[in-house]
Amino acid sequence: MPTVVEIPREKWTGRVREVTLGATTAQGGTRAKTVTVGGEGTLPFLHFDGAIPHPPALAVEIKDRKPDDWSPLLYEVWGEAMDDPGDWAHAAEVAGADLLILTLSLTTADGKPNTPENARAVVRKVLKATGLPLAVLGPGQAERDNELIVPVAEEAKGERLLIGVCEDKNYRTIVAAAMANDHLVSSKTPMDVNLAKQLVILIHDMGMPLERIIMDPTTGALGYGIEYGYSVMERLRLAALQGDSMTQQPMIVTPGEEAWKAKESKVGEGVPESWGDWKRRALNWETLTASSLIHAGADVVVLRHPETLARVKDMAANLMKAR
Amino acid sequence: MALTGLQIYKLLPQTNCKECGQPTCLAFAMKLAAKQAELKQCPYVTEQAKAQLEAASAPPIRLVTVASDGVKIEAGNETVLFRHEKTFYHKPGLFIRVKASDGVEAIKAQVSKASAYVVDYVGIKLGVDGFAVEAPGDGAGFAAAIGAVREASRKPLILIARDPDVMAEGVKAAQGITPLLYAADETNWPKMVEAAKSARAPLAVRAESLEILATLTADIKKAGLEDLVLDPMARGYGESLTALTQIRRLALKKNFRALGHPVITFPGEANADEMVLAAQHIAKYAGFVVLEAFDPATAYPLLVLRQNIFTDPQKPIQVQPGLYEINSPNGDAPVMVTTNFSITYFAVNNEVEGSGWPGWLVVADAEGMSVLTAWAAGKFDAERIAKAVKNFNVEGKANHKRLIIPGQVAVLSGELEEALPGWEIMVGPKEAVDLPGYLKVMWKQKQGA
Repeated sequence: MPTVVEIPREKWTGRVREVTLGATTAQGGTRAKTVTVGGEGTLPFLHFDGAIPHPPALAVEIKDRKPDDWSPLLYEVWGEAMDDPGDWAHAAEVAGADLLILTLSLTTADGKPNTPENARAVVRKVLKATGLPLAVLGPGQAERDNELIVPVAEEAKGERLLIGVCEDKNYRTIVAAAMANDHLVSSKTPMDVNLAKQLVILIHDMGMPLERIIMDPTTGALGYGIEYGYSVMERLRLAALQGDSMTQQPMIVTPGEEAWKAKESKVGEGVPESWGDWKRRALNWETLTASSLIHAGADVVVLRHPETLARVKDMAANLMKAR
Repeated sequence: MALTGLQIYKLLPQTNCKECGQPTCLAFAMKLAAKQAELKQCPYVTEQAKAQLEAASAPPIRLVTVASDGVKIEAGNETVLFRHEKTFYHKPGLFIRVKASDGVEAIKAQVSKASAYVVDYVGIKLGVDGFAVEAPGDGAGFAAAIGAVREASRKPLILIARDPDVMAEGVKAAQGITPLLYAADETNWPKMVEAAKSARAPLAVRAESLEILATLTADIKKAGLEDLVLDPMARGYGESLTALTQIRRLALKKNFRALGHPVITFPGEANADEMVLAAQHIAKYAGFVVLEAFDPATAYPLLVLRQNIFTDPQKPIQVQPGLYEINSPNGDAPVMVTTNFSITYFAVNNEVEGSGWPGWLVVADAEGMSVLTAWAAGKFDAERIAKAVKNFNVEGKANHKRLIIPGQVAVLSGELEEALPGWEIMVGPKEAVDLPGYLKVMWKQKQGA
């Protein structure tokens, strides 16, 4: 007689909100498709406890111009496409991205400050080059973000872009621009459950519907504080499932940016031999950072290397198969 | 699950004989619950009550030890499902599979390379934990392979054989150490239990469903073997996440003894990316992970991930605040400041050290947080930085008054110039990796000026 095993199941009362990025022509935009994330009624991939309507969306990060300080491995793989944001966007779509993240640089290639005109032109170009939903993020300095993102929001009115970066000290201008032009916002806070929740409340208080907020809880790369981001995400997701409404936003994280900053990925010379083959190690670094955060509840994952994208995509597809 | 004093009291004789030294049985029960007394102090407790009390005080996931030559790998004794609830205690052992069919010489070469592997991560030396030797069809070949592995490495072993007679030969060859024997199944378990008993070694048990697995472990425990490790044979990404989560939940939430054991996984046996699946197993509940081959480019990230996930969330790894010397600086060398979070410190230190620049590094007490987190929490502000610069007598070491602060806290420069009169505050790069380039350009400029 086999032993009876009664699996303990969780009866969650809460559920993550569904957020849709991008708008098709019928919806007032020009995107060929939209991407919906969130909606989970269970912890990551525990299908036996509840429904998981959408796989994690995998985004590729592109920039408005060829970046100055990325790893040689990234220049090698994207090649000439990096010289033109439209070509780069197209290459990322071909590589299999679900959506694109366009980050604007502080300066143009000749070292002069980036301009609203340039930002508008680049966004226009990228929207033409690809049918994927798009996120556009500023360089991460409050004043410059506002100066560049507001015109972008106007230029792409109705496209349901995800725009940012909304931070504790600088969110009003970008939220207002998103509300006026039918976009979504990314709410970014430094690895803390309460700060994440608080900023969602502040943004929502301005009148932004919760269906248009994605939160970025911030992460560190593998070896550089990933455990903090990982646990903050697990705690946020548990709170969401337990019914804490202001933690029920889908989460976006940037393992690509974080992992490629790490020396382990970035450089191949002057590092210990025990780190192993540079290219394999670098790709493993980005892949493990991303795969671990997906297990902690990430809904949108921003990557930089197409091989990582393929590996993470295969994992996500397999995790989505219900038993 | 620990019993309360009242629950224990019900199992005691309730005669208040005082022979245990306590005035009443209830008082003794309270002492037992608080672990301030031992059950053997009661001369009249029944055998049945003893068994019940011992079972209840056992940890929900049994601690299993694999050992050799003074090296111990422990798995089990975990108490939570999420690391933030307390901490994960025992890092899963990472073992490399070695096939006897490869031949003695190839095995020696393979094993000595992996065994000697050491990689430094924030000052901690990391390496693989041992080897999983897979038997060929015959016992003699198995013994030869085990001998070859032992010659090349003193690390603990897992012995893989499905035929109990072959396993028995392996056990003989591994005499003197405590390997994990893999594995008992529905057909071979009685003889595998004999092999494990003769080796005084833990035994892995494999079955395709949790029901069969639980039935098997119950039978094996009846046969007198308690040190068991589980293989639920759930090989894919989704299957293993489900099975390992269910096993951990059953143990912790239901105190389900039949599955209250550590789990062994073989991520390379799935139709999956071995490293990605191994990473899942590290974060989600494996006790032993067997990798198909050794490659530093894979081992290093997995070892770092394991270190990160098993860091106690209540205690960030900190370095002592103070003034640190890099590359024997003199009075002209640049002065930089950062926080005492170990990863931040090592990132900055490694970059500057690697660049060959001499420098003074002021490590401020930011309660073990990284720059941005500490700044957000008010633990890395102008006041704290100024205090560190003054307390660590930077002015006595450097013959200039220029302080480089992390680019992430550029906003502090104004306040800092007020808090440190006479000092020039220079805003450094946001990332440690860009420090060498910054020093080359910005610091040289200042020196020239």
